[in-house]
Amino acid sequence: MDMTQTDINRSFMLDGNAAAGILNEIFALEMTSNSIECAHCGREGEMGTLLAFTQAPGVVLRCPGCENIIMRIVQLPDAIYLDLRGAVYLRLKRASAG
Amino acid sequence: MRGLLEWQIATVKSIQQETPKAKTFTLVLPNWFQHKPGQHYDVRLTASDGYQAQRSYSIASEPERRGEIDLTVEWIEDGEVSSYMHEVLTVGDRIEVRGPIGGYFVWEANLGGPLLLIAGGSGIVPLMSMIRHRSAVGSTIPVRLLYSSRTPEDVIYYDELMKLQNSKGRLEIFHTFTRQTPPGWTGYSRRIDSQMLAEVAGPLGSKAQAYVCGPTLLVEAVANGLLQQGLAPNQIRTERFGPTAIS
Repeated sequence: MDMTQTDINRSFMLDGNAAAGILNEIFALEMTSNSIECAHCGREGEMGTLLAFTQAPGVVLRCPGCENIIMRIVQLPDAIYLDLRGAVYLRLKRASAG
Repeated sequence: MRGLLEWQIATVKSIQQETPKAKTFTLVLPNWFQHKPGQHYDVRLTASDGYQAQRSYSIASEPERRGEIDLTVEWIEDGEVSSYMHEVLTVGDRIEVRGPIGGYFVWEANLGGPLLLIAGGSGIVPLMSMIRHRSAVGSTIPVRLLYSSRTPEDVIYYDELMKLQNSKGRLEIFHTFTRQTPPGWTGYSRRIDSQMLAEVAGPLGSKAQAYVCGPTLLVEAVANGLLQQGLAPNQIRTERFGPTAIS
């Protein structure tokens, strides 16, 4: 995806904070302060820092380092699809860690 | 940290016109939960045929206010949810919400400072929650706010910000206007640039914690500018907002 230009995708781009609600619905946790490692470039960062594209039937979260897709979420009336192929791992902080 | 979020029915207690395009909705929540400044609520509308539209709106009020929250919502042309809230919703109406949501773009007084807050347009809303919280707990952490607006009439919370700046509290506010300035204005009148960032951020030193909220292009430019000023990536937290959010 060419993001070097100010195209329409870029102007509609949000960040992981915009996906906090659906992520919480999936994981039953506050996720934007949890870290995820990009399977493409190895960048580890909090999910709030991911680039979010929400102007589609699904949600696409991309790595702010290399812009590869880390996560895709598609919501149907009876189910949610979660594609995490772009991530090596998610680091879930325990509740006691604040 | 609370786990699963539940939808609940809030009641509109009051509505205040902040600017020609921004209104603040005070919502009373049956299941109020103390938020962190910077968090948001999701608002969901359901039509009679089952069609749903959902948007995220930042909390403007301080967490110290119990039982209710303020959401300041900017009217967006053709915005399904914002136009409903601006044109249809009245005091006493009920509306479906869930929250508080988010944990990355948050600041509480115990996280320390100094604090550099940079807002574009209605990006001021989550930062206002931080400023009100800081004031409510009597914190003296130094804060500098750089707030970019198109015109003077677009400035949200102008009077309250002036009052907070004038009380002895180490809060300094810098406005910049990108389209039209007030008469006799001697302050900034351009988009945020490196020189402006250096002037506003410089006095806070290298330990500043920066929170940047606004349209994507402003957030990108400011974040890059702050990196050039020598701030580390983990000192800069950003939240982008756009015309719509997840439906």
